Amino acid sequence: MADHAIAEPGAELRGLESFIADWSGDQEAFKRVHWGKAMMWIFLLSDTFVFSCFLTSYMTVRSSTTMPWPNPSKVFALTIGGQEIPLILIAIMTFILISSSGTMALAVNYGYRHDRTKTMLLMLATAAFGATFVSMQAFEWTKLILEGVRPWVNPWGAPQFGSAFFMITGFHGLHVSIGVIYLTTIAIKVKRGDYERKGNYEVVEIAGLYWHFVDLVWVFIFAFFYLW
Amino acid sequence: MDHGHATAQALPQQVHHDSKQGQQHPLGIYFVIWGLLFVLSTFSYGVDYFGFHGLARWFLILLFMWLKAGLIVAVFMHMRWERSPLMYAILVPPLLLAVLVGLMSIESAYTFWTRILFFGF
Repeated sequence: MADHAIAEPGAELRGLESFIADWSGDQEAFKRVHWGKAMMWIFLLSDTFVFSCFLTSYMTVRSSTTMPWPNPSKVFALTIGGQEIPLILIAIMTFILISSSGTMALAVNYGYRHDRTKTMLLMLATAAFGATFVSMQAFEWTKLILEGVRPWVNPWGAPQFGSAFFMITGFHGLHVSIGVIYLTTIAIKVKRGDYERKGNYEVVEIAGLYWHFVDLVWVFIFAFFYLW
Repeated sequence: MDHGHATAQALPQQVHHDSKQGQQHPLGIYFVIWGLLFVLSTFSYGVDYFGFHGLARWFLILLFMWLKAGLIVAVFMHMRWERSPLMYAILVPPLLLAVLVGLMSIESAYTFWTRILFFGF
């Protein structure tokens, strides 16, 4: 695949010129890009729009309500050792997700080095971080539900807080859960030698793209929903 | 993102690794970015912890958010080493979202003032 791709016209161009050459080439777009990677990126682009719709609706309901919006800093505070620390649960979740992104990046690297054991272990570590994240989210949901937050009501003011919270974090949590299953599956296949036979570890990188995207979405949720 | 420089640097490497395919880079860069993401997250948490308010709060939240997002996309997702057709195809369309955000903020201001004027709360 690689050899004839280099010989293709337009493959040596850079920047905007190569963009135009690829897209008007009447051949394949994205030359020398693995089809699975291109498809994953296009899926992630569509997912970007899904999450953007959620976050934009959240902006709309928050700025149009005349009722007070709860202070996330207090809502998500935890009492540790008799001291109330603001937003600490969400901060820990953020660090867990970043740690998982790091182990995933290393897994991709070791995949290309054909180090199957390290790739598998790093991917499983990533999945374990992801599972921890989802568990903490379950804890957070339980806490808020016990305090009386529902998608239609909220004891601290605007009911829209409940619907935005459950919708946005729920959809993100679903992505993390699917990612945990996805990464575990790929990790087992790596160890089994499926990609060694094909001589191609790009599958690990593609799974990594999905995982990093989940972390990326959290960056925006953290900024707009929890900090704003 | 200085992609002109990045592609010039990465192309020979990609051609060289084409038999293996994919993105292969020294491990060090991942550790640097990992560290930076931790630092930036601590800063964003600090915005809340130290109680910044008003314009400073918005500015700092958005600054750390975009820096983190940029690092994840550019390095962890390898976008700075990808060919520009893919880069443009993925990074340009989300800019359209600015239109949606603009329209919805006008709409929500309208709803807000309608509520104030006609329901009196």
